[in-house]
Amino acid sequence: MKIKVIVTLKNGVLDPQGKAIQQTLNGMNFGNVEDVRQGKYFEIEVKEKDEKKAKSLVDDMCKKLLANLVIEDYKIV
Amino acid sequence: MRSSVIIFPGSNCDRDMDVALKKFGFKNQMVWHNDKSIPKSDLIVLPGGFSYGDYLRCGSIASKSKIIKSVIDFANSGGLVLGICNGFQILTETGLLKGILQQNKFLNFICSNVFVKVKDKQNKYFKDLKKDVLELHIAHNEGNYFCSDDELKSLEDNNQIAVTYCGEDGAENETTNPNGAIKNIAGIFNKNKNVLGMMPHPERMIDKYLSGEDGSLFFKNILDNFK
Repeated sequence: MKIKVIVTLKNGVLDPQGKAIQQTLNGMNFGNVEDVRQGKYFEIEVKEKDEKKAKSLVDDMCKKLLANLVIEDYKIV
Repeated sequence: MRSSVIIFPGSNCDRDMDVALKKFGFKNQMVWHNDKSIPKSDLIVLPGGFSYGDYLRCGSIASKSKIIKSVIDFANSGGLVLGICNGFQILTETGLLKGILQQNKFLNFICSNVFVKVKDKQNKYFKDLKKDVLELHIAHNEGNYFCSDDELKSLEDNNQIAVTYCGEDGAENETTNPNGAIKNIAGIFNKNKNVLGMMPHPERMIDKYLSGEDGSLFFKNILDNFK
């Protein structure tokens, strides 16, 4: 079963790359872009048929490796 | 004093560290990341570089490598663990040190000499150090130290801030902060001050003709405090 995870920076944590992307978009005449936050996306193939179990495994992976909870939040989608 | 330098795939300051340690009389050994145990040591060094290609987050993969459990056990038993640059990033990812090193504020790789102020001398690294401001070298893309307000307060309350970026005169402000690190932090300790992580490279400042000798002071000081 494939589980998808999105890791983003927490609100309030400086995202210089997102800022640079926003400024570039503004420079390309996308003037209405007010903010960009960059994140990471993972597709994890888990050998598990039960969705609840698979998601709880991935949740553990997020806490232990995929996200650094000092600055990042994660969402299992 | 016996030391061990851990080599991860992508480490690139391991040999420099080996040269520096041996120059001042450490009996140094190199240890591969896939080894399970570390030879008897008084100091373990995690060197600079780009361990595992900086994949996922700097230091994150190295912080789960086979050798790391021995490093954590050694640190928890009071042993001296020094992480330089990528080694500092690895130490934060293991949880031995608080916070995280984020990308530099202006998105640039910085390679230059800097001055750092020694903020605490009640520890085995800086005790009785004759200087308060050292000239060292930095080379990094992710050196922008960040932690939560609560963590910062506890770092300050316990005097765990080791070194901060400053001017030659010791002034700490925005203009002497190369990468956006909070409070100009360049290096921190764990609570017991046996674990030190810092972005500047003392091993690059050990020759009076090539660089400067403030790194020499640092290594000699560790040896003096061990005697």
